[in-house]
Amino acid sequence: MAYALQQLINGVTLGMIYGLIAVGYTMVYGIIGMINFAHGDIFMVGAFLSLIALLGLSILGITSVPLALALTLVFAAGLAALYGWTVERVAYRPLRGSFRLAPLISAIGMSITLQNFVQVSQGARVKPIEAVIPGGIQVMHQDGFAVQLSWMQIAIVVTTLIVLGIFTWLVTRTPLGRSMRACEQDLKMASLLGIDTDKTISLTFVIGAALAAVAGLMFLLYYGVIDFYIGFIAGVKAFTAAVLGGIGSLPGAVLGGLLIGLIEVFWSAYFSVEYKDVAAFSILAIALIFLPTGILGRAEVEKV
Amino acid sequence: MKAALRDAFLSAAVALGLFGPMVGLVTTPTDHGLTLDPRPIATAVVVALVFFGRLLVVSRRARSRQEVVGRNRALAEALTRAGRFVAPALLVVAIALPFTGSRYYVDLATLVLTYVMLGWGLNIVVGLAGLLDLGYVAFYAVGAYSYALLAQTFDLGFWTCLPLAGILAALWGVILGFPVLRLRGDYLAIVTLAFGEIIRVVITNWVSLTGGPNGIVGIPRPTLFGLSFSMDGGPGTVAGFFGIEPATIQRVIFLYYVILALALLTNWVSLRLRRQPLGRAWEALREDEVACRSLGINVTNTKLTAFATGALFGGFAGAFFATRQAFISPESFTFIESATVLAIVVLGGLGSQLGVALAAVVMIGGLELLRGLLSWLADQMGSDLFAGIAGELPLYRMLIFGLALVVMMVLRPRGLVSGRTPSVALGARKEIAAELVAQGRG
Repeated sequence: MAYALQQLINGVTLGMIYGLIAVGYTMVYGIIGMINFAHGDIFMVGAFLSLIALLGLSILGITSVPLALALTLVFAAGLAALYGWTVERVAYRPLRGSFRLAPLISAIGMSITLQNFVQVSQGARVKPIEAVIPGGIQVMHQDGFAVQLSWMQIAIVVTTLIVLGIFTWLVTRTPLGRSMRACEQDLKMASLLGIDTDKTISLTFVIGAALAAVAGLMFLLYYGVIDFYIGFIAGVKAFTAAVLGGIGSLPGAVLGGLLIGLIEVFWSAYFSVEYKDVAAFSILAIALIFLPTGILGRAEVEKV
Repeated sequence: MKAALRDAFLSAAVALGLFGPMVGLVTTPTDHGLTLDPRPIATAVVVALVFFGRLLVVSRRARSRQEVVGRNRALAEALTRAGRFVAPALLVVAIALPFTGSRYYVDLATLVLTYVMLGWGLNIVVGLAGLLDLGYVAFYAVGAYSYALLAQTFDLGFWTCLPLAGILAALWGVILGFPVLRLRGDYLAIVTLAFGEIIRVVITNWVSLTGGPNGIVGIPRPTLFGLSFSMDGGPGTVAGFFGIEPATIQRVIFLYYVILALALLTNWVSLRLRRQPLGRAWEALREDEVACRSLGINVTNTKLTAFATGALFGGFAGAFFATRQAFISPESFTFIESATVLAIVVLGGLGSQLGVALAAVVMIGGLELLRGLLSWLADQMGSDLFAGIAGELPLYRMLIFGLALVVMMVLRPRGLVSGRTPSVALGARKEIAAELVAQGRG
């Protein structure tokens, strides 16, 4: 019981990170119907930007942890948003309305580019940092097993919920969110009704990248070690989460992220750590076969 | 001009934001944790490159967009006409290549031909049947490990194992095909990607069977009608039988001809299949799945055969890879391989056999040739700069590869070869524009 509770806590923390990345995938897919393969690598770039910011702030002598984290968050999210904007502008916009495979290949190319850019500029070795928020509280004690809830996990879950709250407000209550939803429903019609679709799509990428950077900061804080390759696996899993939740659905992405996080953690705890990725991917395949539209997705009607 | 300058300044500002922290501040390990190492010159160089690059692009575009489009079209048409002679010429070059006697070029050509073969194999799945497969490397891995394990466990030779490896890979193609039959489009892509990753993770962790991350060493080499290529020169070896001096180059050249034959077999089979009912069903499926169904084509069987045939050739290529390297490990079967092969197929032009071959030469051989050219220039001119660039080039290999993918897609989204020959035509078979060919939704 205590052991399961501990896994639940860990799974939710991990799931929050996946959910934040998955939102970026699902937004882009909802609007322009393409898999943004480079999104996982934007997440990785966000983690590196966070690392650079944390190191820079400690060199500058800012020791207050909340202030440093807030500044890091703004710095990483802002610059990652710039990365997202640039990737869209350079690799996807010229291919809008092109053939189906062209944006996909371009996205794969961008993903390879970002990965190797970071490898060349920051080095291939893993980057460890010390725990920024050490300690935690003991929730429960049973049969000699103590359930730990670290401050870090609380911080991750709370930050994610705040960010997702802001994001939900943005999508449901602002003119920008309305244009985004309009573009998602019908891009051509939206542009006929005077919505600047290019701008809306750009902003979608910007917001997605900023969320991915927040996830990158969380990942860095939680695991304390990053390298240039983390984007690929995390990206594939987040995409899995988006598909599982129903691609195009924003609450679905967070739900899918939580599910994938829980599956991964429980599988590692009760079966084997080595095959945790296999478990996540197998669930994806099984889910798609029996539930092709995901949990919260809409069925696609095909007109002949 | 003023607008171009402003545009370039804006680009430089964006570049400063992008590269300022990532290039300008390097995280370097020290005794007590990481620290930041400033690198202002590199940042300035990158930002300046972006500035002048953007200036060049914008001023060129302002001059004559229409003219450039027209010139590109004329070039494409000329290339299409020349295409008729390119294929035979390439074949002659490929057959004649080992007579240069250069081990370096034969090795490079063997690598290129492996990718040509993989490209042609994947072309059946993606180009003909229109099923987007992002996990093709799984079949390559199955073929390689099948050969390595069969050869080592049962002491079988390469030529016995080659068909077995292909059949096993095809079987995996069918096993993968069944669950994904109902999926369309990007869902199919992501499930095949996941399948490729599953295979790799299993290979990495099933240590008792596959040796895990250490891989399998000492995979037997192929024989020529029972004659081995060992160095002792005894009667059972090629050198001993023909009475020549034993040398490694003989085996290298033999392997080269093996992969050339295998690649040509792949090409021949896919060309023949396209004229048969099965191949026509594949292409019909790519054009319109709903129409196929309503005309009574068995979509299930059609998709499964496409997967199996593609996987079969992937398996052959994998077995060849294992025997050539004599060592395999999970590192050789990452997603990057799948992406490379898919990129070759799409860059070449989906469904174009010649395009795939050209794209493989450009993508795999291009960078090596660039490096060769640079070091040759460095030797000729005694320039340290060129030598430096040539030495650094391997570091930036994948970076250039990724950028090349983006640039080529933006410039030529339908691939290098822009014409397609229809498999079936009423009257004369004429080349048609690639734009008229669908890319499938499966």
